[in-house]
Amino acid sequence: MSKQTIRSVQKRIASGKLRLRNLVAEHLSTIEKRNSDINAVTHIDYESAYERADNIEAKIKEGKAGPLAGAIIGIKEAICEAGKPATCASNILRNFKSVYNATVIDRMHNDDALFLARHNMDEFAMGSTNEYSVHGTVRNPHNIGYVTGGSSGGSAAAVAAQFVQASLGSDTGGSIRQPAAYCGVVGLKPSYGRVSRYGLIAYASSFDTIGPLTNTVEDAALILGSIAGHDKNDMTSVTNPVADYMYAVDNPNKNIRIGIPEEYFGEGLDAEIHQKIMSLIYQLEVDGATLVPIKLPHSEYAISTYYILATAEASSNLARYDGVRYGHRASIDQIKELESEDTALNKMYKLSRTQGFGMEVKRRIMLGTYVLSSGYYNAYYAKAQKVRRLIQQDFLQAFEQVDIIVSPTAPTTAFPIGSKLDEPVQMYLNDIYTISANLAGIGGINVPIGFHSNGLPMGLQFMASVFEEERLIASARLIERLQT
Amino acid sequence: MNTIDHEDFEAVIGLEVHAQLLTQSKAFAPVAAQYGQAPNTQISPLCLGYPGTLPLVNENLIRYIIKMGLATNCSIAPKSIFARKNYFYPDLPKGYQISQFETPICEGGHIDIEVEGYSKCIGITRIHMEEDAGKSIHDQDPYNTLVDLNRAGTPLIEIVSEPDLRTPQEAYAYLSKIKQIVQYLEVCDGNMEEGSLRCDANVSVRLRGSEKFGTRTELKNMNSFRNVEKAIDFEIYRQIELIEAGGEVVQQTRLWDTSKMETRIMRSKEEAHDYRYFPEPDLPPIIVTNDLLDEIKEELPELAHIRQQRFIEQYQLSLVDAITLTENRYLADFFEELVLKSDQVKASVNLVLSDVLRVLNEQSIAIHNFPLSVTRLAELLNLRASDKVSSTAQQTIFNAMLEQDSSAQELAETLNLLQVSDSNYMDGLVKQVIDANPDEAARYKEGKKQLMGFFVGQVMKASKGKANPKMANELVRKYLD
Repeated sequence: MSKQTIRSVQKRIASGKLRLRNLVAEHLSTIEKRNSDINAVTHIDYESAYERADNIEAKIKEGKAGPLAGAIIGIKEAICEAGKPATCASNILRNFKSVYNATVIDRMHNDDALFLARHNMDEFAMGSTNEYSVHGTVRNPHNIGYVTGGSSGGSAAAVAAQFVQASLGSDTGGSIRQPAAYCGVVGLKPSYGRVSRYGLIAYASSFDTIGPLTNTVEDAALILGSIAGHDKNDMTSVTNPVADYMYAVDNPNKNIRIGIPEEYFGEGLDAEIHQKIMSLIYQLEVDGATLVPIKLPHSEYAISTYYILATAEASSNLARYDGVRYGHRASIDQIKELESEDTALNKMYKLSRTQGFGMEVKRRIMLGTYVLSSGYYNAYYAKAQKVRRLIQQDFLQAFEQVDIIVSPTAPTTAFPIGSKLDEPVQMYLNDIYTISANLAGIGGINVPIGFHSNGLPMGLQFMASVFEEERLIASARLIERLQT
Repeated sequence: MNTIDHEDFEAVIGLEVHAQLLTQSKAFAPVAAQYGQAPNTQISPLCLGYPGTLPLVNENLIRYIIKMGLATNCSIAPKSIFARKNYFYPDLPKGYQISQFETPICEGGHIDIEVEGYSKCIGITRIHMEEDAGKSIHDQDPYNTLVDLNRAGTPLIEIVSEPDLRTPQEAYAYLSKIKQIVQYLEVCDGNMEEGSLRCDANVSVRLRGSEKFGTRTELKNMNSFRNVEKAIDFEIYRQIELIEAGGEVVQQTRLWDTSKMETRIMRSKEEAHDYRYFPEPDLPPIIVTNDLLDEIKEELPELAHIRQQRFIEQYQLSLVDAITLTENRYLADFFEELVLKSDQVKASVNLVLSDVLRVLNEQSIAIHNFPLSVTRLAELLNLRASDKVSSTAQQTIFNAMLEQDSSAQELAETLNLLQVSDSNYMDGLVKQVIDANPDEAARYKEGKKQLMGFFVGQVMKASKGKANPKMANELVRKYLD
């Protein structure tokens, strides 16, 4: 399978050159061959896939198909699909199935997408390597000894390994863009509020966004067009009109002002990645772009700010997993045997949550609980909120001068599995270039820019002002074109 | 109940009142919020705290709390935010309540209360909104606690008073006033026994004249107006006695035990929850525009104290009667409708204040369940006004109306209570009575006018109560004066 787009698949089906059920079969056979190595897929919808494929194919032939007809899609386990497992890669939801569809699922379904698989992830989207999962580590399709990045590692690997045409992931601090960079696919994180979060299992509510991971910028634009827009079920979704993203794909503006933030090209950045990005940007300059050096002075505080605010929200969001109504509950015998002065109820909470959550999730719940505690709130949470506003201000000021900001997506390429598990702070530094976009609520996109001498993919990130996703798409398209 | 005799001390009391709002649906989910339904039938994935669900603000929640804020003279914040109050409990599905913390929507209000002959202005610190938890039921299954989530997410407002109250009686009057206001606004039914109005009290004592507050305790579990009064009274005594015995009051939460009539410790300050409040990230700020504020001001009903004043002026009522009639919005409505239909103010006042209130008390019912319609009562008053029945007969007919559906006129007929005003008949009757009592007639003529009562009484007796006494009076005068 080559890097065909959803549009081209649809054309081939319409002209009778391709049967959608055959495409489904092809994807299933690829999954069968390689998933045991890669571990990106946690659940496959065998039951209805072929029937759905035939229905969509009929619609295509009648000329009544939606824009996503022909697209075979995988969904991160954090996004709810009615009747399917929504484990969030956690033991606490190991046997949990959602009873309803996320808004993005309904919208893509209405546009005739076919949902084939569910994807592995870091537990509750907390992680940058996809090593923290009840389903096991996801391995990089380009070298299975290496991590995929995270937390949407399964979604990124599945696209890179051609398990699906495209997937949905979620991005709270870089969880779409960073694994997209490590796996060599396009990953688009929309502005906060652009896409409904209804049905996305919350990690950090004021940061969480849903976006596509795809082979091409065009597919990312097509899917964003389907899922973007106000949703009455999410009061934080905005009513701003949705731009014509496909127009941006087909007519990308070359005369753009590109901001180059000095803070994003300093110490710690891999030299080859640095060089590759600059050479591409200089080509854009030759084609008509203006390069503008800019400053984002509060960047150095982004990671600490994020880990205070995001974990605070997470500690509250994850309180509902208490063993009372659904999900894992410790057995009665275990509760009885626990030696403790606690009430039976508190023993049940403690044991169920101890058994249900993994190490990284526990670490973040504890951190978040601490920063919200009385006596510490002002020193941590309240202060971090102020810094968050300063970071937002940095971007607002920068976007007065430039249309788009360019940066690396991650400081390095993927690294060997297990190599950073003992160093959480080192692990957190992987998100150093992606996390600010979540703090500022703006959009960002990873575009693959070829391979490092180590054989692994490299990525470039664009960030645009809030709700200017069409700029992300157009700029990413320019980079994509330079490489083909 | 004790009476305070420890004259050196005074109490400082603040109340936190929770009122369950009468919205059709829950605070943050488009799910019906009806009471008394089968357990766990008024729920949705959101009410169960299912992963991925998000809260949606019920617009009426905002409107209702603004009404309450305006009625209690609060300033309404043009922008306020929701906050999460975090704690674990099986009937709290999300592990947090959506509430308000740092920026409540209503702040800095006040209301006037009347207590045993004096009136006092009590400050309202704030009013904020929050969602209720579900119910944990511990006494229906011998081995398990059962959870009913129908109530989870139903809207509440919390009205926090300043520590301006000084006696249990003032607390009672304040609470009654709050109840009256929520009922007038129709935002809450105000039923404390059923839990739609709940009250916690912060109580401390200090030496009279001292500026400093003493250490306070928080009282919970007082499920009636009288219990609030009793619990506060008990607690004041407990604290004073503790201090006089050389002890110190410890900051703690205490439960009122209705059967033992005492407060007992529930948890100490050290065991108090750290709720870890922080801004609710799933909901945008609440913006109150001037247009919305004007619209709600238009909708505000005439409140009790204003109506009271109007009743005094418009109907020339006494202050006491005006207070009684306006205490409950629906009783006041009932009264005004009766005045309108009968065109008789005084008779309406008397009927409502004596007969109607008596029936409400006897049957323990609210005015909207009163068995007689205003139309039927107006008819009764008209019958009496046109002198067709006596005042005694009016009473008899009223009682009969409670038993049967017939009209006042029909009952007057069947019970044979219509007054006879036929002049020939009356004339004959009076003559007959005078003739039968020559001695009394003679004495009357000599000036013993008090005998008028005797003659009228005789006429009434001869007519078996049906004669028109006014007419009898006139005829006696005609023949003997």
